Amino acid sequence: MAWVLRGLREGIVTTAYPRTADDYGASFRGSISVLGAGTELSPDGHSTADERDSGIASLCPTGAIEERLGEVTVDGGRCILCGRCVEARPDRFAFEPSPEVARLHRAGLVVPARLESDEELDRLRAELRHRVRTLRRSVHVRHVDAGSDGSEEWEVAALLNPVYDVQRLGIFFTASPRHADLLLVSGTATEGMAGPLRTTYDAMPHPKLVLAAGTDAISGGLVGSGYVTRDGIGSVVPVDVFVPGSPPSPFSLLHGILLAIGLLPGSVAR
Amino acid sequence: MTGTPVAVSLEPELLAGAVAERVAGGQRFVGLFASAHDDGSTVIRALLARRGSLDVVEAHLGPGADEYPALTPLVPPAAWYEREIHDLFGIEPVGHPRLDPLVLPLDPNEQWRPRPGAFRPNDTFRPELDLSALPGHVAGEGLFTIPYGPVRSGIFEAVEYLVETFGEDIPHLRTRVYYKHRGIERRFGDLGFDDGVLLAERVEGTASVAHAMAFCHALETLAGIEAPRRAALVRVVHAELERVASHLDSVIRHCEGAGQAVAYARMTLHKERVQRLRARLCGHRFGRGVVVPGGVAGPPLITPDEALRALGALEHDIAGDASSLMDTPSFLDRLRGTGVISSEVAAVHGALGPVGRGSGRTEDVRVERPYGAYGFLGFEPAEASDGGDALARQRVRLHEITAAFHLAREALDELGEERDDAPWRRQVPATDGVGFGWVEAPQGELVYLVEVEAGRLMRVKPRSASFHNLALFPRCFGGDILTDFAFIEASFGLSIAGVSG
Repeated sequence: MAWVLRGLREGIVTTAYPRTADDYGASFRGSISVLGAGTELSPDGHSTADERDSGIASLCPTGAIEERLGEVTVDGGRCILCGRCVEARPDRFAFEPSPEVARLHRAGLVVPARLESDEELDRLRAELRHRVRTLRRSVHVRHVDAGSDGSEEWEVAALLNPVYDVQRLGIFFTASPRHADLLLVSGTATEGMAGPLRTTYDAMPHPKLVLAAGTDAISGGLVGSGYVTRDGIGSVVPVDVFVPGSPPSPFSLLHGILLAIGLLPGSVAR
Repeated sequence: MTGTPVAVSLEPELLAGAVAERVAGGQRFVGLFASAHDDGSTVIRALLARRGSLDVVEAHLGPGADEYPALTPLVPPAAWYEREIHDLFGIEPVGHPRLDPLVLPLDPNEQWRPRPGAFRPNDTFRPELDLSALPGHVAGEGLFTIPYGPVRSGIFEAVEYLVETFGEDIPHLRTRVYYKHRGIERRFGDLGFDDGVLLAERVEGTASVAHAMAFCHALETLAGIEAPRRAALVRVVHAELERVASHLDSVIRHCEGAGQAVAYARMTLHKERVQRLRARLCGHRFGRGVVVPGGVAGPPLITPDEALRALGALEHDIAGDASSLMDTPSFLDRLRGTGVISSEVAAVHGALGPVGRGSGRTEDVRVERPYGAYGFLGFEPAEASDGGDALARQRVRLHEITAAFHLAREALDELGEERDDAPWRRQVPATDGVGFGWVEAPQGELVYLVEVEAGRLMRVKPRSASFHNLALFPRCFGGDILTDFAFIEASFGLSIAGVSG
């Protein structure tokens, strides 16, 4: 009885996301944006190269920054949000305060966005919408750790706390891959976990989706490619949704799951 | 600050005897680490704790030497360390009772070894692994093996427990941690200091602050500098909040296992609030990017007063729920007498952190070898309990949560009185040599060995408490049955990432 009162006294702590934006989520450092870029490009592809930008790529410990003909891009799928670029070049890089960082396309993680990928994105979105049409009311998630640093598991587990309370949205975690619709994978896909990961994927019924949770799962992150690691899980299972972050926050993971099953309000379903 | 470790160099044949003698003399065996060098030689270092510092006993194996007399027969807790050295360096500890693969199950015909420490810039070799089942060790009619993992039922890190059982009792259990071996130790090779700390934060992601601190302490002692006072205070705030979050995680897993739905919801809510407070302080929910070599990256994003207010509310809420939880019989019944580690076993193995303190050990690195601001903040360690069961470990964790809040508050108070123009960070001059750093991570004593040459990291060896304690895990199933498994695992509170490397 004492426990019931303890629970009630707290009031409602659950977020209204995705129905409305969440203050905490909106204040969270979600990604890096590139300032003053993408606009100076002339139509023929030649640009006003900023000399200060030469060598700017070496700022990044994971090689997420690329500089070509004066155009600087950041690959969110490699970025671990260490902020070194923001500190060294506040004129060129800034933290983007939004947790809605999940994308359906690997190239969609690169900022500033390359326009040519839009058509491809439409095709992907249509294909995905068709595939997940039966999952809109409820989706069962199977988590697999394929070589994480352990922090991703905390953020995935946080989805079950009263603040995110994903059951309210019809999202459930399941133990058996036979009951799972969505495979949520953290970690860089080590040699040891590649087999169990593939077996889990194969055991899932159709339709099935794969969500790469975190920069390590997308690209290998800082651990990168070594004698027992590879550049993310993409070579083991086909990825449908990419959620960058080191680790991705619970809001980002939630955004990714909702994006995958097409349950996001239109404005945020990029 | 505490003293720099003193190294004694011996012939490989004398290593085991010398270490055993020191252990018999009352020193605690901390670990056994190897480093490869470019000329094919290897150094093996045994670390022993004494009050104030660590002692190092080392032996050099020349190029081509691939064996030495094992320590394990004389010093049992060296067993896992020697298996790891065998996996990573191909060096055989002669006389080791059971040299099964631990972190890297290479194909038996595979000659290649990662040999961290030896620098090979363009080595893209990928060895063949042998992930097939290890032979069984227990035989009998009706005995069978239940494999738990590596894909677990629930949101867990990848690890496999092979539970050998007749159905209820668990006479034997084996642990396989190699599934998520990431080759982290070799990844450190040739990194600069600033990149090194980013990787250290990802060795064991749930103890990022502790790992960054131990790594930076190693570099700082090597260079003979100390972080500025107010940087040391900020480090304490983050390290103690990390401890609160980690201990709450263990409590949460207990509540989940015992079906305490409201307590589970309450504790997960508290943990979320701790993570959010950490993010308010630095912009990252796990405190990453705070600790840098020579100090901290910058001032906290909120004032000490704001942080103190948030801490006070959290502490009050957690204390209320914790005391209700420890008054709930249906919860306590599941923990009492579960997963007993006797104080004798804990003493021989040198059990660390809350696992050790639940079985009568009193070591706490914050007191034994104080570092950073712990040297001047008034810190009284939580009293050890000698119950040895999951309940004793739970009590230790709850005490430590209170103590952690106390320390964080004290550090914030001091921080408010620091001068505004005091530095946050000092330059760490590149100094060649071998440095050691240590902290009391949430899981227990964490040690870093760092070798520097010309401003680059040649060898970094993190030793997490999880690695040391997990070896004890199979030892506490004596009187327990299958349904106790979840509680025993939760009460150890380990991170597999820190074990598998």
